[in-house]
Amino acid sequence: MSILDKFTPLAEARKGLAGLGADPFAVTFDSVSSPAEATIDGRPVLILGSNNYLGLTFDADVIADGLAALEKFGSGTTGSRIANGTFGGHHALERRIAEVFRRKHALTFSTGYQANLGMLMTLVGKDDTLLIDADSHASIYDGARMAAGQVIRFRHNDPDDLARRLRRLEGAPGETLVVIEGIYSMLGDRAPVAEIAAVKREHGVTLLVDEAHSFGVLGPNGLGAMEEAGVYDDADFIVGTFSKSLGSVGGYCVSDLDGFEILRLACRPYMFTASLPPSVIATTLKALDHVENRPELRQRLAANADRLYSGLAKAGFKLGAQVSPIVSVRLPDIPVAAAFWGALLAEGVYVNLALPPATPTLEPLLRTSVTAAHSFAQIDRAIAAIVAVGNRLGVIGADAVSSAQ
Amino acid sequence: MPVDMDIVDIIIAQLEKITPPGTRITPQSSIMGDLGLDSLTVMNFVMWLEDIFDISVPMDQIVEVESIADLAEALQKLGAKANS
Ligand SMILES: Cc1ncc(COP(=O)(O)O)c(C=O)c1O
Repeated sequence: MSILDKFTPLAEARKGLAGLGADPFAVTFDSVSSPAEATIDGRPVLILGSNNYLGLTFDADVIADGLAALEKFGSGTTGSRIANGTFGGHHALERRIAEVFRRKHALTFSTGYQANLGMLMTLVGKDDTLLIDADSHASIYDGARMAAGQVIRFRHNDPDDLARRLRRLEGAPGETLVVIEGIYSMLGDRAPVAEIAAVKREHGVTLLVDEAHSFGVLGPNGLGAMEEAGVYDDADFIVGTFSKSLGSVGGYCVSDLDGFEILRLACRPYMFTASLPPSVIATTLKALDHVENRPELRQRLAANADRLYSGLAKAGFKLGAQVSPIVSVRLPDIPVAAAFWGALLAEGVYVNLALPPATPTLEPLLRTSVTAAHSFAQIDRAIAAIVAVGNRLGVIGADAVSSAQ
Repeated sequence: MPVDMDIVDIIIAQLEKITPPGTRITPQSSIMGDLGLDSLTVMNFVMWLEDIFDISVPMDQIVEVESIADLAEALQKLGAKANS
């Protein structure tokens, strides 16, 4: 008997996966030379699964600012925001984030995961109700678990189901917080934000939007799905991460709500963890400049997304419903998905393997994502490799997913 | 509060649609254990029940449910009525 015995089924599942020739949890990048290229086990690979949407990780200005901050302020803050971990840079970054989002207040966190955890568990008190989309990211589910109030799921991207559930809550005490994502991370589909914003207005509830995958990607100024749909002002809180389009690490929440600043003394995942290192603050600030001043990066990203999506759709793969920088191939079962993933890696193309229950349905996914740094030649090479493997495994065309639900 | 057997019947009728033909389902059957349903299927099943009874089941209450009778009782407490 061991305290770890409860994980035996999980350990077996992992062993089973390795037996199929795929061990995605063991992938290690030995070196990375650009947002699109790395080596794994000494062999060059094209990175087609990174969330590095604008390709800023190797930007010369970003690196220069990071190095300068590293030299000037040292390697870390060695403290939390409420003790010795607040430097001028933390205030500067919060002011800058608020300015970019045109909101009064901004709070930064050490990861996006903690931003969701912190905001949900702190906002939703005992008498309040939290409504989350059924396909929400783990950080939203975990924040919900730590919230004192009741948590209710609504059907993924279904404003009518949300409205029905809000109607059932009429007369309940406390406030109601609705949480959605701009782009969902597994299939790349967008929330119907205009319809959800209308439901939110009608019922007078509070809306928090996680734009983790859509900031820097969607909207005239890159502010995300709410801006793109023209309902930007309906987001009472916007949460996001520095770890995707901004190429660093950290999370944030912005809001216009009066009284927001008190969260600095109430939100435990903000308070009781070391603050971001100065070099991360500096690279994030520079990356924000690029989001603001280089809209061509978003255009390039959109063109790459379109090229990958249409190339795979034309070949007959079953994909997510909408074109986005996340393009996922839906596969019938885990053995096929594992074989597909391993074969692609052997061809020198790295993608993410996503397995249920982390996926919205029982279908496993080959999750790819493009960056503005990919060339069309690289995208075409990836399409060719995916099509070749797909043909070999017989998972292209009408009955490609026949055995899945 | 005695468990409303009509609610139990509605639950069992629905479970029969999503389990292999011939699966023995009783009020004492454990939904995850005996019926071998995965968590995604259970979630969709609960959403279907929420529609039928016009209620929302908070997540913490789903976690506490073991058997079909438990589920019926939880739905009843949330205001479910078999003839709604
Ligand atoms: C929708 C969503 N929210 C939050 C996060 C957490 O972000 P981070 O990686 O910064 O912790 C992620 C990604 O991991 C995500 O996909």
